[in-house]
Amino acid sequence: MILDSKIPEGPLEKKWETYKSKVKLVNPANKRKLEVIVVGTGLAGGAAAASLAELGYKVKTFCYQDSARRAHSIAAQGGINAAKNYKNDGDSVYRLFYDTIKGGDFRAREANVYRLAEVSASIIDQCVAQGVPFARDYGGLLDNRSFGGAQVSRTFYARGQTGQQLLLGAYSAMMRQVGLGNIEQFGRHEMVEVVKIDGKARGIIARNMVTGELEKHFGHAVVLATGGYGNVFFLSTNAMGCNVTAAWKAHKSGAFFGNPCYTQIHPTCIPVSGDYQSKLTLMSESLRNDGRVWVPKKQEDCKKRPQDIAEDDRDYYLERKYPSFGNLAPRDIASRAAKEACDDGRGVGESGLAVYLDFADSIRRLGKSVVEARYGNLFDMYHHITGENPYEVPMRIYPAVHYTMGGLWVDYNLMTTVPGLYAAGECNFSDHGANRLGASALMQGLADGYFVLPYTIGNYLADEIFTKAIDTDHPEFEAAANRAKERIEKLLSINGNQTVDDFHKKLGKIMWDYCGMARTAEGLTKARVMVQELRAEFWKDVKVTGKNDELNPDLEKAMRVADFLELGELMIVDALNRNESCGGHFRTEYQDAGEAKRNDDLFSYVAAWEHKGENTDPVMHREDLKFENIKLQVRSYK
Amino acid sequence: MKFNLKVWRQPNTNTPGKMVDYKIDNVNPDMSFLEMIDVLNEDIIRKGEAPVAFDHDCREGICGMCSMYINGRAHGPLKGTTTCQLMMRNFTDGETIHVEPFRAKAFPVLKDLIVDRTAFDRIQAVGGFVSVNTGQVQDANNLPVEKEKADLAMDAASCIGCGACVAACKNASAMLFVGAKVSQYALLPQGQIERKIRVQKMVAQMDEEGFGACTNTGACSAECPKEISITNIARMNREYLSTSLLED
Repeated sequence: MILDSKIPEGPLEKKWETYKSKVKLVNPANKRKLEVIVVGTGLAGGAAAASLAELGYKVKTFCYQDSARRAHSIAAQGGINAAKNYKNDGDSVYRLFYDTIKGGDFRAREANVYRLAEVSASIIDQCVAQGVPFARDYGGLLDNRSFGGAQVSRTFYARGQTGQQLLLGAYSAMMRQVGLGNIEQFGRHEMVEVVKIDGKARGIIARNMVTGELEKHFGHAVVLATGGYGNVFFLSTNAMGCNVTAAWKAHKSGAFFGNPCYTQIHPTCIPVSGDYQSKLTLMSESLRNDGRVWVPKKQEDCKKRPQDIAEDDRDYYLERKYPSFGNLAPRDIASRAAKEACDDGRGVGESGLAVYLDFADSIRRLGKSVVEARYGNLFDMYHHITGENPYEVPMRIYPAVHYTMGGLWVDYNLMTTVPGLYAAGECNFSDHGANRLGASALMQGLADGYFVLPYTIGNYLADEIFTKAIDTDHPEFEAAANRAKERIEKLLSINGNQTVDDFHKKLGKIMWDYCGMARTAEGLTKARVMVQELRAEFWKDVKVTGKNDELNPDLEKAMRVADFLELGELMIVDALNRNESCGGHFRTEYQDAGEAKRNDDLFSYVAAWEHKGENTDPVMHREDLKFENIKLQVRSYK
Repeated sequence: MKFNLKVWRQPNTNTPGKMVDYKIDNVNPDMSFLEMIDVLNEDIIRKGEAPVAFDHDCREGICGMCSMYINGRAHGPLKGTTTCQLMMRNFTDGETIHVEPFRAKAFPVLKDLIVDRTAFDRIQAVGGFVSVNTGQVQDANNLPVEKEKADLAMDAASCIGCGACVAACKNASAMLFVGAKVSQYALLPQGQIERKIRVQKMVAQMDEEGFGACTNTGACSAECPKEISITNIARMNREYLSTSLLED
């Protein structure tokens, strides 16, 4: 199979416009007859569901939370990028495009990223119209701040709760359509199978998490907006429920998985404090606007109180190594620099796995009240968790798994390799290459949902107007439901000795040790066997309590971890295949004095993996990346 | 640290529940309350029993999924904190901790500590929005908003929809939740067109769902993990009265 990215012809800046003017349309009377399933109700899914319903399609939404308002997009703190150039500081669509491609270490598709930059400005207009209370200046106009990987100020924000406000905006638009009868919502439902009929996605099997019933739902098209798979590492900044199940089931039904090894390790998280820990908490990257990152120059100073370490004995290593970007170096670079400092024995805190993020200079320069207005809620959060007051002592931070750039492979239409099956937001692989810049996840989720899918899905559905809703008694629905039923029965019948969390923790440790911030061929080879063995052990020795026909959190988790145990291996296989370092993928063998060393001759491609059956090697398909508008260069932030 | 826990266990909505005693003795003061329950649950699962079901997701105080009535208070004893950010260092070693679900007629128990809060979604669906379709908009800066009002709107909009206000209220009133949403839009120019119809519909739906009346006790605001001000209720009352009494 040859991957066709379906990028429109023509010059970069005209592609989307041309596409929109030639795209097939569905007339309003036909839209009413077409049903679309949207799985996941975060920024991408919520925005898509609302926009598709506004257009007149019949939409069903599914989420595992009790309400669509709780998707993990809500936890994004810092902001959303948009090429508005409200600051008159030289921003433009091209610059946002360029920064994103460069930030992604030249491993993303030009056409998709350009489109993202192009629609970014409309997102802000849309959100403001919905009543999202963005930060404003005294003239009543929108305020901006700067973020990592950019030299302009293009990040719009709502205190430290931008994701919450944008999500509630999308949620309000969705609820309006619920009220109008255009969206039917299914909360506490988890998608467990994709249903394919004659090669096309025609619906899903969803488990009602309250009753355990396996429900069959038809759709002329299915959109997955189910987020990332960072929880494969057990500890991450993801919500507890974030999982790969929907994307993984799609993968096993024929959707290729793009660049699974590209994982973002976020530099500013609260360090791990004990083995009981269930998740890691992010401290927004926006803190690096006014906070300075440092470690002691001398190992023997590490156990001293930070205020007792003289200015001359401090190593502000980001400012030293990357003078032009300083503390605002991109995430992958800042994370790796923190790891290096700690590996060098200069980490601080009890575990030695932390660096300081210090606000003393900013508090002196701006005053406490200004710092409080900018970051008050983040400082409070830090104080709650650690018991330390960051106005008085520097924060201690360490990198943690945060975002996955990899995801289901999609073409320009955001369609996977399964016709009629779409992937949007973090769930797809599309826009961030090997590293995502701060404040770009919100931008991509909303771009996909509000401004891309409503056009591209119509292009597909225009040919489906004669397809009548398929009865869910169809044998393919039965077969898919049976697959899920058998899996559940198997999990409940094992009655082994180890809990689901035991396995999840073991998997997480393997992934973090061998497929985390630094990877080697040797380690990855070893890790692959370890994951295979762990998976075999899981299916023999896991203990899942309770029954299927009840609210059963233990079973829910077991189903998710079973899929992580398969995905983990694919990530390792992909990391092993990519014999270069780029962005979030750092292979120790390929470096230039600590900086990632790409190999554009051999690896300037997207690795799209095809599932070939359980315990069979996956097959890699290449989508070569063509850079027609940007010259590939060594990514430098010095 | 060691604790005696009394936890509400209830198999489903239609079966009566009861308090069950558990002892836990390997608690680290830096654990969150939910991590303490995780440890308890691992013990329970190892015994082959069903773990305590509880709602939780982001574990960073923003999704609004976690609930729990701890020692008679929504989200526990600490002000301005959700259960997921409540650390065990805030309890006394050896103490007995009571853990119950949020209790309100409009929030039926689904299992153990999990309640159904979809009533909030239904209130939102009747008016908690600005009627604007994707693409039907002007440039964002064509609509300046006074900073003071934008900040007040943001204060109201920081509600996480957890339902602590309802659980804390002796009347199980949802006035703070609804008031916060009504206020956010009433304060912003975007919300003006539908200002009257919004407050009327949302209040009507709130009553329909079986939430109680407000008697201005202020427990909602005192227990709100985001410390949403009771001023929002006053603002909603003003909105409601003015739309009911005044002609255009």
